[in-house]
Amino acid sequence: MKKKIVVVGNGMVGYKFCEKLIAKDIAKNFEIIVFGEEIRPAYDRVHLSEYFAGKTVEDLTMAPSSWYAENNINLILSDPIVDIDRDAKTVRSHHGIVEGYDYLVMATGSGAFVPPIPGVEKDGVFVYRTIEDLDLMQNHAKKATKGAVIGGGLLGLEAAKALLDLGLKEVHVIEFASRLMPRQIDEAGSRVLQTKLETLGLQIHLNKNTQEIVGDGIIEAMQFADGSRLDVDMLVISAGIKPRDEVARVAGLEVGIRGGIVVDNALQTSDPNIFAIGECALAHHMIYGLVAPGYEMAEVVATKIVGGEKEFMPFDMSTKLKLIGVDVASFGDAFIEEPNAQTIVFENSAKGIYKRINISNDGKYLLGGVLVGDAEQYNMLLQNTKNKTILPPDPEDLMLGARGGSEGGASGVMALPDEALICSCEAVTKGAICHEIVENKVTTLDGIKKCTKAGTGCGGCVPMVKDLINETMKSQGVFVRNILCEHFDYTRQELFDLVKIKGYKTYNEVLDNLGKGDGCEVCKPAVASIIASLWNEMILEKGNATVQDSNDRFLANIQKNGTYSVVPRIPGGEITPEKLIVIGQVALKYNLYTKITGGQRIDLFGAHVSDLPEIWEELVNAGFESGHAYGKSLRTVKSCVGSTWCRFGVQDAVSFAIEVEERYRGLRSPHKLKSAVSGCTRECAEAQSKDFGIIATEKGWNLYVCGNGGVKPRHAELLATDIDSETCLKYIDRFLMFYIKTAEPLTRTAPWLDKMEGGINYLKSVVIDDVLGMGETWDAEMNLLVEAYKCEWKEVVDNPELRKRFTHFVNAPKVKDPNAKFEPMREMVKAAEWK
Amino acid sequence: MVLEQTITWHLACNTEDIPADGGACALIEGEQVAIYNFARRGEWYATQNLCPHRQQMALSRGMIGSTGAEAEPKVACPFHKKTFSLKSGECLSGDDYVIKTYPVKVENGQVFIGME
Ligand code: SRM
Ligand SMILES: Cc1cc2nc3c(=O)[nH]c(=O)nc-3n(C[C@H](O)[C@H](O)[C@H](O)COP(=O)(O)OP(=O)(O)OC[C@H]3O[C@@H](n4cnc5c(N)ncnc54)[C@H](O)[C@@H]3O)c2cc1C
Ligand code: SF4
Ligand code: FES
Repeated sequence: MKKKIVVVGNGMVGYKFCEKLIAKDIAKNFEIIVFGEEIRPAYDRVHLSEYFAGKTVEDLTMAPSSWYAENNINLILSDPIVDIDRDAKTVRSHHGIVEGYDYLVMATGSGAFVPPIPGVEKDGVFVYRTIEDLDLMQNHAKKATKGAVIGGGLLGLEAAKALLDLGLKEVHVIEFASRLMPRQIDEAGSRVLQTKLETLGLQIHLNKNTQEIVGDGIIEAMQFADGSRLDVDMLVISAGIKPRDEVARVAGLEVGIRGGIVVDNALQTSDPNIFAIGECALAHHMIYGLVAPGYEMAEVVATKIVGGEKEFMPFDMSTKLKLIGVDVASFGDAFIEEPNAQTIVFENSAKGIYKRINISNDGKYLLGGVLVGDAEQYNMLLQNTKNKTILPPDPEDLMLGARGGSEGGASGVMALPDEALICSCEAVTKGAICHEIVENKVTTLDGIKKCTKAGTGCGGCVPMVKDLINETMKSQGVFVRNILCEHFDYTRQELFDLVKIKGYKTYNEVLDNLGKGDGCEVCKPAVASIIASLWNEMILEKGNATVQDSNDRFLANIQKNGTYSVVPRIPGGEITPEKLIVIGQVALKYNLYTKITGGQRIDLFGAHVSDLPEIWEELVNAGFESGHAYGKSLRTVKSCVGSTWCRFGVQDAVSFAIEVEERYRGLRSPHKLKSAVSGCTRECAEAQSKDFGIIATEKGWNLYVCGNGGVKPRHAELLATDIDSETCLKYIDRFLMFYIKTAEPLTRTAPWLDKMEGGINYLKSVVIDDVLGMGETWDAEMNLLVEAYKCEWKEVVDNPELRKRFTHFVNAPKVKDPNAKFEPMREMVKAAEWK
Repeated sequence: MVLEQTITWHLACNTEDIPADGGACALIEGEQVAIYNFARRGEWYATQNLCPHRQQMALSRGMIGSTGAEAEPKVACPFHKKTFSLKSGECLSGDDYVIKTYPVKVENGQVFIGME
């Protein structure tokens, strides 16, 4: 007869246990019954915060209910176990189901620890653990403006970031200790982290003991022991975790003084038929509040149950904070100090970077360390620590990354032993990954994820897996160049030169002569962009329409419900009242949502594809042009009002911005290009955050290049000072031609400059001193592109053949996509939420 | 035992309605069918128009191409670039989705889609 295993708790670790047991139980000797308290099957709690960033429950779900059914697992949800009868070997659920077991696996996880502060029961006070918690928070946040988090640890900071993302105007972090993340990082690291978080908009209060939560039914303020008070209308408590051992405790299993079900190295509780795994288990006198050790516990118990041998050994607790905006990591023994070790510290307070590594006294091994502000070397350092790799003579290179030399992080991965655990969530070794690369020729990240599961847990090891793929292939004699994709053995720059020399004007010509196969979604838009950059011809003609990215193909940006947005060009941000009225009329007529964009123009959202030509016909007739919001091309040239009105202005910023925008409109490039012109050093147009930014001086203009906002904000660097308008345009021409010719696909100007040997000084010598001798050629090429400019939308509007392509159904051109749904929002509409 | 399924052919559109090496969508029996004219290879394919990732009617607007030694024909959803085999409907970017595929027949400049 089959043996029965009852699993109590369907969280991350409970799920993983099922997955592992199914894989090991080839003879199908076991029957699994799972009781879960939550209403849905296990989901990825580690990435819970991404729920606020748009991930859905489905995205986060570990495996759908159907998976349990397919594997004959009886999954009973919304029904927690309330009682264990150890003599009869049965459990009883809240709804009264009684189930016998041969083995019982407790995977009840933990709950948020809520300190006994008077008032914690008030409305507006939350914990941060389940999807329901997040739904409640999201609802409450709609009417809240000031929020606080109790707890400045790993989870508290994550919750604080979530409050910022929820749109709260003020977010406070209240920490009882004298510094942030005291369990993971050292004092100096905490200080740097604090400064960094403050620039992100968090207000940090240390040494604060909350005495009471004040408010009439709903939270209004927090009262502290030092007499101070803070008005808030929302609070998240993240003061630690509390193992869910209540059922085990009543059943008489041994529990720790501070909670947790006591287990031995085999993860057996004081009752040998009952195991405990994950965050409810007290192993080696501690609760492992991370998912990787939990998965290892699942592995140990699954192995034991099918008759194998395995023990749970003390587990590495290195962590990397996922807080977007600041890197924080600690690994190995982060705190060990002299005289037990030597420490090397690097601090750059201007950049908010702090790094510390601890090295054994004989200088041979890395023992641990802390990284704040830049944790790029985390994986490598962690591996060096875990594998006791013998250190190089200058161990600081490890933490600072390669500076000039060739000993980069990448070559480092090859020095690791085969047993090195690359993905600790899924316990995948370097050997296992390399085996797939070498023997089974799996050479893509997706492929490795699929066959080894590496990188599918917390995702922290992904950069390392990529390095492994590249380096292993290199060592196989496969010379890894940044080739475009499987269809072209050329880098973008090589292809650019070849297409230019041969004069190819269609994708198929390029593929037939220079590539192989049928192309794909990587090379098609890249080649399309090269062709457009070189010849500036209409991108939808000569069969090139279908090789464009969808946005380019429909000359509009696709939106959440499959409709499109319309962005007319408004050069320099200047617009006449007449034109404003036309935009309003068009929006009314086609029921479009209108919004001022971050680029000083107006976006009209929710246009059906079949309405696009008519909408644009009206706009073109009113004198508007395409704004290329869809293209990898010039977006906007923002301006401030400048000397025509502003009492501080020293040059006419608006006129120059219009001139610049009209010069480069429609110019296709490896990535989008943004610019701005400010009328004086007060810099109201934010020119220093642009790919090329211009700031007025008494004598002319200062030209800055290679800045951006976005994911990794970068200040632009000064290229030339006090130049006149003509020189300024000449330098921009050359700068842009150089960029377009040499940048990798989808690389903006800042990362392009980062990779350039010699950096800004070299760029200056190319643009200003013309060391490459290309200046005049580029001037001429740019002039040709400028002359070739035509408004794409005008061309479509005037061309019945092109217009025909703008339908949702080819066999029913008048019918709109019934799947494109809208919901009312304030006085307008929004796209229906996607599933 | 051989199970015979009867396929009914539905006229979808004319060949020139589907751009070369790209796709377009047709409404057939209330279903949105994405039809692809793989002109480079002289092949035609059809799949459901719905991308299973975010339930968007989008696949017909995606870029097509091929991958691997077998040159598996594929389409990339324009939203998040998940790719699907045009032959088997399998998701090629590591997810467990499978999309529906339909047989296609081209006769006298007309495109027909087979449905059960
Ligand atoms: C509409 C707009 C938001 C708004 O409502 O204000 C917007 C909307 C989008 N932005 Fe943006 N960005 C908008 C201004 C900005 C700005 C502000 C600015 O330009 O001054 C930035 C930061 C500045 C910068 O780019 O350096 C910005 C940084 C980004 C980034 C990050 C780029 C980076 O290098 O890190 C992306 C992602 C990308 O391009 O890969 C992005 C991508 C997008 C996309 C294309 C996302 C997408 O694929 O759907 C959005 C298209 C919207 C649409 O359908 O029209 N958007 N985006 C703004 C349009 C400005 C315009 O008039 O054209
Ligand atoms: C916001 C957040 C961010 C995190 N970030 C990270 C990170 O970056 N890295 C990392 O390693 N870890 C992180 N963690 C921790 C990680 O999520 C946990 O270690 C992991 O979820 C533990 O898995 P578990 O199965 O033991 O517990 P859980 O996932 O909590 O699952 C336990 C389940 O058991 C249920 N249950 C409890 N009692 C009963 C009962 N009597 N009967 C039936 N069911 C019951 C609970 O409702 C729950 O569904 C984070 C956690 C949170 C909340
Ligand atoms: S508009 Fe830009 S910042 Fe806003 S959600 Fe879209 S991509 Fe993100
Ligand atoms: S909707 Fe198709 S990939 Fe996301």
